Amino acid sequence: MLPKLFFGYYAAVIVILSLLVVTRKNPVRSVMWMLLLFFHIASLYLFLNAEFIAAIQVIVYAGAILVLFLFVVLLLNLREELKVKRFIGSWPAGLFVSAAILAIVINVIRSFVLAAPPGKYSIEYIKEATHTKALGTILYTEYLFPFEIASLVLLIAIIGAIVLAKRKTRS
Amino acid sequence: MVPLNWYLMLSAVVFMIGVFGFLTRKNIIIMFMSVELMLNGVNISLIAFSHYLQDMRGQILVFFIITVAAAEAAIGLAIIIALFRNKSTAHVDEMNEMKG
Repeated sequence: MLPKLFFGYYAAVIVILSLLVVTRKNPVRSVMWMLLLFFHIASLYLFLNAEFIAAIQVIVYAGAILVLFLFVVLLLNLREELKVKRFIGSWPAGLFVSAAILAIVINVIRSFVLAAPPGKYSIEYIKEATHTKALGTILYTEYLFPFEIASLVLLIAIIGAIVLAKRKTRS
Repeated sequence: MVPLNWYLMLSAVVFMIGVFGFLTRKNIIIMFMSVELMLNGVNISLIAFSHYLQDMRGQILVFFIITVAAAEAAIGLAIIIALFRNKSTAHVDEMNEMKG
């Protein structure tokens, strides 16, 4: 009963906060609601025994990405943004499309049953090996090559962001 | 024990709110935040699967998704700054120079 209550609270708050994020007029407020949303999602990860991912969620998403968003929102002068309409003219079409896909997906999920046999990373195993160590062992053995590619992706992002945002100087 | 289907439904709802925001908002920054919302929806379902299948691979996937999201945010916000410098607006309606 108590886990369901917990889940109900987090699910309700996450849905309400996501709606607030996409419907607020002022982008600064959207970013702030999103900060709260990310903290709630991190708590949901803790609830699912993924404490390393919860820490990453708070540090990377809330700490790095959202600060970047906030910087850009404050850098651009959006004073006149607040005077115009927030949605495009044909927003009912977008609402219809997303609601229709949501109805289909929910109908599929309702009859979904997990039939695969459970793997070896049970709660007792993780408790003995500690979560971060178990995750790191897989990451640096089985997924070493994707890990190296991820570092390349980050390098390209650094270079690309500098090149794109640099002011062109004409000599 | 909370059933897995509840987590999947929550993830679908968050994802579709992101889709709605991406399709209907004018402000390019909010559209970008909707993309982040969609990524978070996927992450919720991956972590839930990882927990219920007792398999760590879902969490590895989330790790990589967060990496790519960070890279995407850096590049995308740089593009937004470059766009704003040229057009001095953040509205996608007014960016129609590539229309054929």
